[in-house]
Order: sequence, then C-alpha cells, then structure tokens
Amino acid sequence: MPEAAGIDAIDRAIIDSLQGGFPICERPYAAVAEALGIGEEQLLERLQAMLEARVLTRFGPMFQVERMGGAFVLAAMRVPEADWQRVLDVVNAFPQVAHNYRRESDRHCDFNMWFVLATETADGIASAVRSIEEASGLPVFPFPKLREYFVEMKLAVRT
Amino acid sequence: MSGAPARAVDTIDRRLIVATQSGLPLVARPYHQLAEELGIAPEEVMERLASMLDSGVIRRIGAVPNHYAIGYTANGMSVWDVPDERIDELGARIGALDFVTHCYHRPRKLPEWPYSLFAMVHGSSRAEVQAKVAEIAALLGADCRAYDVLFSTAILKKTGLRIGG
Repeated sequence: MPEAAGIDAIDRAIIDSLQGGFPICERPYAAVAEALGIGEEQLLERLQAMLEARVLTRFGPMFQVERMGGAFVLAAMRVPEADWQRVLDVVNAFPQVAHNYRRESDRHCDFNMWFVLATETADGIASAVRSIEEASGLPVFPFPKLREYFVEMKLAVRT
Repeated sequence: MSGAPARAVDTIDRRLIVATQSGLPLVARPYHQLAEELGIAPEEVMERLASMLDSGVIRRIGAVPNHYAIGYTANGMSVWDVPDERIDELGARIGALDFVTHCYHRPRKLPEWPYSLFAMVHGSSRAEVQAKVAEIAALLGADCRAYDVLFSTAILKKTGLRIGG
C-alpha cells in the first residue's frame, strides 16, 4: 500500500476531522484544535502547510451551484487518440469546464474524456455543450444527475 | 434534487461566495476577517453562511484532500445498467457503502451508453478497486445487466467552480 507522502498522525487526524462540518463561531480553528488536543496556532500552520504541499486541494465552503440556480453537469466525449491533444486544448479552454479527467476501462469503452461543466444558469449547460461540439467537431454526451444517493466524503487517511 | 433554487442568493451572499470560493482565511477569526473585507458585521457573515448551509447552497465547510496524497491512488467510476424500477432502492444501498464516495442516477445514451447508475470507488490500487466493484456486483446480483469500470489515468484540469466577482 503506498505511503501517504509526508503526512503524520496529527495531519491525518486533522484531515479526518475536517471532512465533516467546520464550526461557524468566532474562533472555529480554536474549537477544532481543542477537540484534536492541539493548539490553534499549530492547526493553522498545519493547514497552511498541507495546502501548500497539495495534500489538501481546498479548505473552505463547498458550494452547490444547483442551489443557486446554476448547474453542474458531467459530460463525456469519445476522442480518437490521434486527435487527443487538439481536442483537449479546445475543451480545457472553456471556462465552463471545471474538472476534466482522462479515463480508460478494461472493456474497450471509448468514452475517454470526462469533464464537469459548471455554469451559473441552468441553460448555460446546453449552450456550453453546443459550443464544445462546434469547436471540437465531436459529439458531447451530457450526463445530468437525475438523482443523487448519499454523497459524502468518508475516506479515512491511509498510511 | 434539481429545479428551483432552494434559497435566493442576494448580492451580499454573492460577494461572500466570491470571497470564499478559493478558501476560508487561515486566521484565528476567519469570519471576522471576511466581515471586514465585505464591510458587514461578523454576525451577519456567520448567519449568512449558516443559512446557506441549511438550504444546501453550501454542502459543507471543510477540507478537500487530494486523493492521491492521502493514499488513494486508484479511482474507478463504476457504471451499471440496472432496471429503472429498482434504481432508487439499489442506488441508496450502494451509496451507503463506505468505499463509495459519489453515487448517482444518470440518463442512458443508447445505443452508445447503456449504464444508468454511477458509483465512484476509491482504493490504493486498481486491484483493490476491482475487488470493491465485485462486491457491488454481488450486491446487485441479477439486477446488474451490464457494468464497466472507468479508471482515471490523468487529471486534465481541476479548477472547480468559479463565479465572476
């Protein structure tokens, strides 16, 4: 099992405790630090260091754009290998593309580019899909969520 | 799940979102610092954040670990073709498994894409993810008509949501 690079027991405890709810009060870091048995200053330094080292990609509120009238939609494309770099540049240039992953399966599934479109209005998705299709010359398959089943971060840090 | 916004977001909420979308200030009194930046009272910052949490505009306040850095180097998007009339019951059971971090019902795109249930599975190796996917297959039994697992092989972009100031 791979090592979680550069993470010690205190970092692990911090990450595990901060996957849940962070308090809203005057000194929230002090409250979390107390529960962990460390100092407020130490918690702030550790968080800063883990963000700089990219152990954490983010710390703060996670917004659900759907609840603000916007939309967040998974979409996929089947990109021929020979055309990969051109299409990647085209797709990533769109500010509506929030994440983009290359994926492969053992079963010859040719949907190999998977990205998330985030727009401030729900009708922004359809126009983003159209624009990407026009710019790339390839079809885009949107997979809007019809229902979400119990989504929660629950991965414990591994060592 | 989707549809009308659960809570209207006003101009001050919007400024609060813009001020925190890249992260919460790492200072002893983060909400007070935000209040100073926005020219409003700290109590108002805390009330607005609490209200956005209640209504789901904010899912949670917390840390997002880099999966690779915390030891989960393999992630597989498992996708399943299950009967429509069974999907809600099956989705709830699979979403509750402790190794599934996201679970959604999404539309099929026939003929290219027969799968309707998506479950993200994380592990330390592809073999571990495959073993967990086998657990899901066993749980679904005859309700699983076909499935696949798509492993991520590269992060091509990761900026997250950015709304304009």
